[in-house]
Amino acid sequence: MDEALLRTLTPAVIGILVRRGVDFAAAEDAVQDAMVEALRVWPDDPPRDQKGWLVVVAWRKFLDTARADGSRRQREVIVESEPVPEPRQAMDDTLQLYFLCAHPSLTPASAVALTLRAVGGLTTRQIAKAYLVPEATMAQRISRAKRTVSGVRFNQPGDVATVLRVLYLVFNEGYSGDIDLAAEAIRLTRQLAEETRHEEVAGLLALMLLHHARRPARMRPDGSLVPLAEQDRSLWDTAMISEGVDVLQAALMRDRLGEYQAQAAIAALHADARTADDTDWVQIVEWYDELLRLTGSPIVRLNRAVAVGEADGPRAGLAALADLDPSLPRFTAAAAYLHERDGDLVTAAQLYADAAQAAPNLAERHHLTRQAARLNAELRTRDS
Amino acid sequence: MTKYLLLKHYRGAPTAVNDVPMDRWTPEEISAHMQYMDDFAARLENSGEYVGAAALSPEGTFVRFDGDGRPPVTDGPFAETKDLIAGWMVIDVESYDRALELAGELSAAPGAGGKPIHEWLELRPFLAAPETITE
Repeated sequence: MDEALLRTLTPAVIGILVRRGVDFAAAEDAVQDAMVEALRVWPDDPPRDQKGWLVVVAWRKFLDTARADGSRRQREVIVESEPVPEPRQAMDDTLQLYFLCAHPSLTPASAVALTLRAVGGLTTRQIAKAYLVPEATMAQRISRAKRTVSGVRFNQPGDVATVLRVLYLVFNEGYSGDIDLAAEAIRLTRQLAEETRHEEVAGLLALMLLHHARRPARMRPDGSLVPLAEQDRSLWDTAMISEGVDVLQAALMRDRLGEYQAQAAIAALHADARTADDTDWVQIVEWYDELLRLTGSPIVRLNRAVAVGEADGPRAGLAALADLDPSLPRFTAAAAYLHERDGDLVTAAQLYADAAQAAPNLAERHHLTRQAARLNAELRTRDS
Repeated sequence: MTKYLLLKHYRGAPTAVNDVPMDRWTPEEISAHMQYMDDFAARLENSGEYVGAAALSPEGTFVRFDGDGRPPVTDGPFAETKDLIAGWMVIDVESYDRALELAGELSAAPGAGGKPIHEWLELRPFLAAPETITE
């Protein structure tokens, strides 16, 4: 059974129920129940018309629940809407769902969970496993999110920027379970890009593709991180890179630059370099300047300082770093790297060790500890 | 979202404001305390922020490898150990401020005289998974 294909049908089926008069929360529940049943039944008894099967089963699930609730409003809906054949508007429905699930009234984590369930078609159990929380906790997070957006009209236009933030989070949070969240984020962003010609949707899709292409080279088999400069570039997925570059170029041609396009441009310049030494750092610094103009983010400023260190030498990088707040995440790691490039191994070793203490995740901590260990070993050999 | 560990200490934390040992409370005060803890966990599950919790026995043993083919060596328990963990709770929350807020609520659990214990809880963030986009 093709579970990914099954998932692509979710938004359309929810849309059909909503147009029959079912409110979003009930429609979403019914489709979720139908998905769970499909996962159980289809392997032995696959339907010929998958979407039709899901609509029939979801509708039956909805009726069962509505009868059990005995709510008069729901019964009226059933009577009124039973015979109405749905018009073909699946694409519009999908777009509406993206907006609803990323509604600004939701916290980022709630929007992520609701998007993965209602748009992505994942089960609560799969989402819970992906984010390492109990299923009951994730179920509550989702039902609270649905209550929060219950007053929002389904056909209200939303803000693409909030949708993009949610998809970026799904891609970047990097947890793992049975579900490949990065691949799921790409699928959802690709689907969104098919429905809207927004430049930043294309920008985000390009950004994801260009980073995902490097994934086979990002980690050693033991799970340790490989820095960009040391990655085996023959492992990069060249087909995915060229798709990312094409998507980005088409977006840039429309001349409405945004932060995702600028980030994707930086990723594309890295992808373009056959070896780390071939990297066009001067152009990367220029893109960081654009990105800084667009966001004003101190994190961008930090990354820019590292790029300046590559383009104009470590002293210039350290000078750029000197203007920044040392409490920024990864400030110390960046300083360690630039000091090493500048030949000051003693300072660099100490800074790597300090940076390891402050690392936000285990993989980075191990990586930084290893850097400190490498320099300390080198210093011992030099002294003896 | 970030996961945080809330640690409750038998020993090793600064002294609570309402620092009366539990065996000096009335049975009703003990019941009220337990109820508060259960309600707190239920409320967190309801808000989608609960990950897990457990209480630990104060009696523990130190264990270490003693070479191939040999049984592990044990030592302790050490009555004088400075730091002793009584229990833990893991929460998954949107921000550090939210974690502080919840730790504050948990620390307000009622003790002797039905008054909040004002117990010191230790709040420790989990190290997360590495992000994909960092440059």
